[in-house]
Amino acid sequence: MHISEGVLSPPVLLAGGILSFIGLVFGLKNLKTEKIPEIAVLSSTFFVASLIHIPIGPTSAHLVLNGIIGLLLGWSAFPAIFLGLLLQALLFQFGGFTTLGVNTFAMAFPPVVLGYIFKKFLHKNKYFLTFSVSFLAGFLSIIFSAILIGTALYFTEKSFLPVIIALLSAHFPIAIIEGFITGFVVAYLLKVKPEVVI
Amino acid sequence: MHLEIFAEGNSFLHKLDPRIKILVFLFFAVLCAISKGILIPFFYLLFSFLLILIANLNFKILLNRLTGANFFILFIWIFIPLRYKGNPYIDLGFLKVSYEGIKYALSITLKCNAIILATIALLSTSTIFSLAHAMLYLKVPSKLVTIFFLFYRYISVMHEEYIKIKRAVLARGFNPKTNLHTYKTYAYMVGALLIKSFERSEEIYKAMLARGFKGFFPLLEHFKLKKIDLAFGIIGSSIIILIYILGI
Repeated sequence: MHISEGVLSPPVLLAGGILSFIGLVFGLKNLKTEKIPEIAVLSSTFFVASLIHIPIGPTSAHLVLNGIIGLLLGWSAFPAIFLGLLLQALLFQFGGFTTLGVNTFAMAFPPVVLGYIFKKFLHKNKYFLTFSVSFLAGFLSIIFSAILIGTALYFTEKSFLPVIIALLSAHFPIAIIEGFITGFVVAYLLKVKPEVVI
Repeated sequence: MHLEIFAEGNSFLHKLDPRIKILVFLFFAVLCAISKGILIPFFYLLFSFLLILIANLNFKILLNRLTGANFFILFIWIFIPLRYKGNPYIDLGFLKVSYEGIKYALSITLKCNAIILATIALLSTSTIFSLAHAMLYLKVPSKLVTIFFLFYRYISVMHEEYIKIKRAVLARGFNPKTNLHTYKTYAYMVGALLIKSFERSEEIYKAMLARGFKGFFPLLEHFKLKKIDLAFGIIGSSIIILIYILGI
């Protein structure tokens, strides 16, 4: 879910840049020095996980996992996702540099908010509650990210509407799978090594 | 994992100071992204194509990258010319293609490819580590650059861990399909990876403390600004501005 270079209008690019900048400042300010390696290596894992392709019917989709990033990292999701997108733009030319602000905000803001709301419901001994809450975090993160990307496209050009609808409907099955994966991952982490989550 | 394919080379652009390359690139990307019409983006595309020629890169891999990046653009070509409310319609009977729409889609395509080519020519011709160093020189917060260093460093390590887990799972007869069992298996693989990286990061932090880590990495690679770097910076940005002025 990355918007390429050259698509969005200057005001939208600027707005995304400012919002992501605020998120980054927040994320870095709240980050203690001893947490740096943890955030960095978890980001590496999320980067590797985003290369995993999961079968959906006849096609496949790569994992996004921004829901888990929000639950695990909180505000640090901003630097983690920003650096992930920066590296993707540098190495594979996915997304882009001028769109970095918009893409970072769209991918990081929903999971940060959802993680903040849902984190207190996670509990080691309540499997069903933990699973459902994490499912929602994963599912809604994708949906809201797609909506934010759609909003950026809509403010650029109203006739993008069919593209936006296609984008949203393509992300619906992905969101469901992300929900399941997020649910299983968080429940597993709480059972095996709760300190990763808390 | 072989990631920095374009950084291996010996061209003029490979040898330039990465700080200059980053600045010229940012300048290029911003002005190109806000430019309008077809002519100006076309000139930007020509300029970045010239840079690619100077960088002398593997053409096949380059083409591969461009194809991947143009996937989103393809969507726009499918939808926009049919919807855009431009006046002069090209009427194909059941289909109405708007001239304005085609112009708009073409403009986006040119801009997108121009910036991508510039990314490859200017940024991908440096290693990630020297770019990170250059970022420190350009006053990017050291906390962010430190995370970037470690993040990039441990991607290949975590990728190896993933390959190991995948091999183990495949050896036990895992056959990915569209079902809950598959998703559960992938989730447990990701979970195991996360635990490994969490434990690994604790070890890394201890090792870093033992070596006197105080929250940042000291600069090891010092860049020397040569005359040729300055010349490239000045000439490059003049061309970029000139093209932009052409459109006003």
